[in-house]
Amino acid sequence: MEPQMQHLYEMLSKVDGYIYPNEIELNWSILIVLYPFITGLVAGAFILASLERVFKVKVLKPTYTIALLTALSFMMVATLPLISHLAQPQRFYEIMITPHLTSAMAIFGFVYLWYLMVVLLLEIWLDYRRDIVLWSQEKTGVMKRVYKILTLGVTDLSESTVKWDDKLGYFITIIGIPSAFLLHGYVGFIFGSVKANPWWSTVLMPVIFLFSAMVSGIALVMIVFMVVNYIRKQVIDMACLNEIAKYLLIALILDFALEGLDQVHRIYEAEESFNILDILVKGKLTYTLFLFQWFLGMIVPMVTLATLQFVKNRNKLKKRLYMMTGILVLCGIFFMRWNVVVGGQLFSKSFYGFTTFKLHLIGSEGIMMAALWLILPCTILAFLFWLLPPWKRHEV
Amino acid sequence: MLFVLFIGLFLTLKYFLTPKSFGEFGHYRGLALEEGKLKVPEYTGQKACAECHDDMMVLKMANEHASLSCETCHGAGRIHISSVDSVVVSPPKPNTREFCGICHAKNAARKADNIKQIDLKEHNKGELCTKCHNPHSPWQETK
Amino acid sequence: MARDEVKSRRDFLSKAAMVAGGLFISAGASPFASLLYATERKSKTGPWYGMGIDLEKCIGCGRCADACKTENNVPREPFFFRTWVEQYTILNDGTVHVESPNGGIDGFSQKFPDEEIFKSFFVPKMCNHCAKSPCTQVCPVGATFTSPEGLSLVDPTYCLGCRYCVQACPYGCRYIHPVTHVVDKCTMCYHRITKGLLPACVEVCPKHAKIFGDLNDPKSELVKFMKDHSWQVLKPHMNTEPKVFYNQLRAEVR
Repeated sequence: MEPQMQHLYEMLSKVDGYIYPNEIELNWSILIVLYPFITGLVAGAFILASLERVFKVKVLKPTYTIALLTALSFMMVATLPLISHLAQPQRFYEIMITPHLTSAMAIFGFVYLWYLMVVLLLEIWLDYRRDIVLWSQEKTGVMKRVYKILTLGVTDLSESTVKWDDKLGYFITIIGIPSAFLLHGYVGFIFGSVKANPWWSTVLMPVIFLFSAMVSGIALVMIVFMVVNYIRKQVIDMACLNEIAKYLLIALILDFALEGLDQVHRIYEAEESFNILDILVKGKLTYTLFLFQWFLGMIVPMVTLATLQFVKNRNKLKKRLYMMTGILVLCGIFFMRWNVVVGGQLFSKSFYGFTTFKLHLIGSEGIMMAALWLILPCTILAFLFWLLPPWKRHEV
Repeated sequence: MLFVLFIGLFLTLKYFLTPKSFGEFGHYRGLALEEGKLKVPEYTGQKACAECHDDMMVLKMANEHASLSCETCHGAGRIHISSVDSVVVSPPKPNTREFCGICHAKNAARKADNIKQIDLKEHNKGELCTKCHNPHSPWQETK
Repeated sequence: MARDEVKSRRDFLSKAAMVAGGLFISAGASPFASLLYATERKSKTGPWYGMGIDLEKCIGCGRCADACKTENNVPREPFFFRTWVEQYTILNDGTVHVESPNGGIDGFSQKFPDEEIFKSFFVPKMCNHCAKSPCTQVCPVGATFTSPEGLSLVDPTYCLGCRYCVQACPYGCRYIHPVTHVVDKCTMCYHRITKGLLPACVEVCPKHAKIFGDLNDPKSELVKFMKDHSWQVLKPHMNTEPKVFYNQLRAEVR
């Protein structure tokens, strides 16, 4: 018997109560958990970058390019888990040529391209153009060529042009903020608009996705910032780190409030689906929801960060705690996506029973595949740091 | 500039990749409707059965199982009908107690006036139903 | 006098502008009407198919599910169904028990003694071919669509396998076919009804519990069934406007 059938027969034996026969198979698995997770990192990192640029939070200057490059490297990978999850991946282009406008999923391709091409690439290019031109003059051999190509032929370094670059970059960042909101709010809408699924169908879903995206993106940039400084053996800019932590705390509080509101609303309204969701949350989701998502992923980081706001100096301790919180927050948000995507498919739409979910190590829907889609953006990020090192830029 | 080039490229690709009949009736490939009609039916309907087996048909129609189609018990008829004389693929003639029990086993969800039911465990233990009941005329013995 | 004239003329102009503007806006908005309703409304010409299911008559033999699998090459595994039969048993203590062993194909056996049972009945399930189908609404590429006859169909050569429609169907009527790797669902036997045959499940039903027909034809058997019985649809609060109508449907059925 094929492994897939074997797997389904195993799941069939673990059904709890009654589910519709077609519901044995969990249709959206770990790859679809990764998709909102990765796009969330992108949107969050970009929003942190724009804090510096648009809202003039000068302390965050050292993280500006790091945040942008992080966003770019994760953005490049964002669609891959989606495409690799399709049953017919070779047909993915259809979503671009015949987008069905009543579908919440249809314009993803355009939103994605808009964000990648227009916002991220253009902004980074404009920001780096002066350096790329200078590098193309300094370097020799192959690298000289590479940088020359990257200038796209625009080598004018007169003051007015550079100023124009800056103005245009600023303008794109302003467009970029609503775009980042759109990108991730939209991902939330893909889930929030499925009326057949009471665990997903809530108007708050896009907003919750957005704020959890900011939380995870800020946490990621914080970690990358610390790791980069550690590897380069530089003394970290504590003022900057403290500021990031402050924004992380704010985002966490907002996210916590929104998720709390969602749950309170759900509990108080107690609609038809409430009983089954109650059993779901207290049963199959106990660990991933209460322990990982809320306690370790939100409450512990919130308390830690709030306490650290009042601690002066003690930089070594602070750095360690920031690192710990960052990792906890990232795991917490990952489990938030998990609880939404997988949790929403564990109960039957008949509300009479549950199916189970078992993750395999290998296979197209396995842990290895998921790990690949997480390692790949990190590799791209390392490459970008090598190609466009934010620390070797020329002072204006 | 680059932007316009990109949109132009996209439109060209869109033109060539969109299937011809797309949008004919709505936002889908119009030909899909015709393709959906192509499949050959497996269940032929009892008129086709009556062409050869009219005797059985007359018997069945005069009795309790009149509302059943031949293919309800004997399965899809296409292969049997299209088989050549030399190699006739006979349709199944299920006669196990379990098969009759699919309809006639006692079950609280079956109404007594809607369908006759027996307790499979008690009713003439171990005997085939067809020993006493002719499926085409249930109150006659099978000849 | 002259002033009044000017005033009324101005009035007329502003009103005319308003009407023109309104027309312009509504003309611009009309292409989006399909966005608002998600699917086109009932076709007025040609057939608009639906199905009546009489739960009074259903004996839970599962022949419909069996015939469907044969007719439509549905895999025989117990987790791929275009149509299946459920048995509901409501006990005297008020608890509801539902089962559908292998979709009902192998028959049902009574799980509770008669004394404990308050009410028990069978419910055949199938695609509801909703007039406002959420599944065709969410297809990102137009690979599943509502046909001119009001049927939700799939174009297997165009489906991406993104499974969004599987998530969007409130009735669990879609699955990914393990051989073709595209979504599969009830077509109301489109290849049969377009040749004048009945859907396979209707053809083999021994009790005539399933009534296939055209809702646009006032003389069709289905319309007659709907006149004579107080029918109900599944999950009406979803506002999907299902076109499978059940006689004697109880509130426990979901």
